[in-house]
Amino acid sequence: MDVMPKWAEVLLVPLISLVLAFLISALVILGIGENPLNALRLMINGALGSAYGWGYTLYYATNFMFTGLAVAVAFHARLFNIGGEGQALLGGLGVALVCLYIPWPHWTIALLGAMGAAAMFGAIWAAIPAWLQAKRGSHIVITTIMFNFIAAALLNYFLVELIKAPGGDPATARFPEATNLPTFYDMFTPLGLSFSRSTPANVTFFIAILACIAVWALIWRTKLGYEIRAFGHSEPAAKYAGISPTKIIMVTMIISGALAGMMAINNVMGEAERLNLNAAEGAGFIGIAVALMGRSHPIGVFMAALLFGFLYQGGAELAFSTSIPSQLIIVIQALVILFTGALDNMVRMPLERIFLTLRRPPKPKTKLEAAE
Amino acid sequence: MDFLTLLQVLDSTVRLATPLLLACLAGLFSERAGIFDIGLEGKMLAAAFLSAAIAFVTESAWIGLLAGIGASMVLAGIHGLASITFRGNQLISGVAINFLAAGMTVLVAQSWFSQGGRTPSLMSGDRFEPVTLPFAEALSGVPVLGPIYDELLSGHTVLVYLAFAMVPLTWWILFRTRFGLRLRAVGENPAAVDTAGVSVVGLRFAAVAICGVLCGIAGAYMATALQAGFVKDMTAGRGYIALAALIFAKWRPWYALGATLLFGFLQAIALRPDVIEAVLSFRVQVQLLDALPYILTVVILAGFVGKAVPPRAGGEPYVKER
Repeated sequence: MDVMPKWAEVLLVPLISLVLAFLISALVILGIGENPLNALRLMINGALGSAYGWGYTLYYATNFMFTGLAVAVAFHARLFNIGGEGQALLGGLGVALVCLYIPWPHWTIALLGAMGAAAMFGAIWAAIPAWLQAKRGSHIVITTIMFNFIAAALLNYFLVELIKAPGGDPATARFPEATNLPTFYDMFTPLGLSFSRSTPANVTFFIAILACIAVWALIWRTKLGYEIRAFGHSEPAAKYAGISPTKIIMVTMIISGALAGMMAINNVMGEAERLNLNAAEGAGFIGIAVALMGRSHPIGVFMAALLFGFLYQGGAELAFSTSIPSQLIIVIQALVILFTGALDNMVRMPLERIFLTLRRPPKPKTKLEAAE
Repeated sequence: MDFLTLLQVLDSTVRLATPLLLACLAGLFSERAGIFDIGLEGKMLAAAFLSAAIAFVTESAWIGLLAGIGASMVLAGIHGLASITFRGNQLISGVAINFLAAGMTVLVAQSWFSQGGRTPSLMSGDRFEPVTLPFAEALSGVPVLGPIYDELLSGHTVLVYLAFAMVPLTWWILFRTRFGLRLRAVGENPAAVDTAGVSVVGLRFAAVAICGVLCGIAGAYMATALQAGFVKDMTAGRGYIALAALIFAKWRPWYALGATLLFGFLQAIALRPDVIEAVLSFRVQVQLLDALPYILTVVILAGFVGKAVPPRAGGEPYVKER
């Protein structure tokens, strides 16, 4: 069944897809009259060349780890959750309500409370499409897309009508001081590492790493994870083995939604320290690219999230110092999704052919040849 | 609400429903052939940009329209390549196309015009002009029917009439021609079509190409008729609303007209909160109106109002048995 060795499956295919995506991105940069190598140098400098750059790169990567894990968990049950954006927005709403209306004594307890609220709001927003899929057969891709729009409208309503702070733009008031999370600056300065004070990377980064480990344990080390994977491989077989499709769809989507919602502790609680309209900034969609590139494995998701964190921060720097708009990152993101997701077979088919040819055993000698 | 206000709202309903209708019919061709397409949004956006850009440069809305169709066709080609030739995941391909269009339009617009990711505003000659139907002025004095003819039916651009003409044409192609029969068959049971010696790949590519043309017209209408030029993300989710309308319409052309007119009406009254307040005598939240098409679609999808059954082979690549 496996034509290719495991290393080719895990490393070679994604790598070639990625190289193709970047080559075409380079052509796009050439096409709009800029030098791709120069752009790459600027991006590396901007994202990795300073503590300031790292502070932003790791902040973005934290967002993408949560949304990437959300999409990845759903992929294991062969469910495509495009609703990460809406779930992250709702998670933000949960964080805002908890931070604004509960007088927390210390950030550690506030963080736990906010995580709970974010996960719960995200989970509820994913549970409705899940229930509709499981019980009413509504296609989860379409319903999660619709729920993204409904979430945006709902958040708009809350921010304009209910929890808007007095003043200009539709946003909540700043969260109280006690809920502010320690940034890398606060955490690492005592250790002698100098992080820039103005960067948003914070303690949530480590929670995201814990989430990666938890997802790995869930998928490969628990009975539930086994059931999720079995369901993803073959629904009839899973049913035959006594696994309830309704339960798997519901539980998987609730975990997925909770992970997407938890992104809010990074961007809403950790960075903005208030809730505004465009809180998720498309991170829910980048989760799709991250999960595809990471082959739905937590280690892959972790690395892909770092790469996209780099691209995001590098792209912002690029837009700052050249005439290339930051939309370049959306193009790269699209190409990564296209090549690692939709055009996977384009890379895989020729590779499989090569490996088949290589593996074909040498022809046994015929009697005639042996006699000679 | 007086008669004239009603006519105004209905008039803008027609204008706003047109891109939805074109995109919805585009999706209808594609999905009836078994190719899911959530990339309607991206194709419209790409067409909107290129049609506006070319119309500005050539000062011809018609050449702009052709360019817009071309841009949409390129993306349709990518979708066909990914989902038919390489049997990839059609949903993922659609997502990629939407992002590709969202990014590329701004990137290229900035590179060409340096106006912050938009095209320069089109002069009146470079856009599609309203067409006054014969005798519209003369008949406007006739009570009731006169204003309806003059205000509501006359005075739209040629693309609006084209979009509405596409409804019977789509019905005729799908349900009265051999091509249509085969196209629907390939969405229900491609193996049967293959057995009959008809190319599944060819039919599906044809459907995807028709989808590209219609999305191209929809996008060009947005930028060169409804508005005067391209701005970033100007389709604003219309591709998804069209997708919602397609499900609402249960993949049927005449129902598609009804569904898109309904969603167009919702968009039109969202622009006139004063009218809603006058009619209902209470204030309806704008956010609720914005979300209503999506909520309605979820309700329909849930099967609470009739069941929407998609084409049976939809979303699955066809693999010939070896």
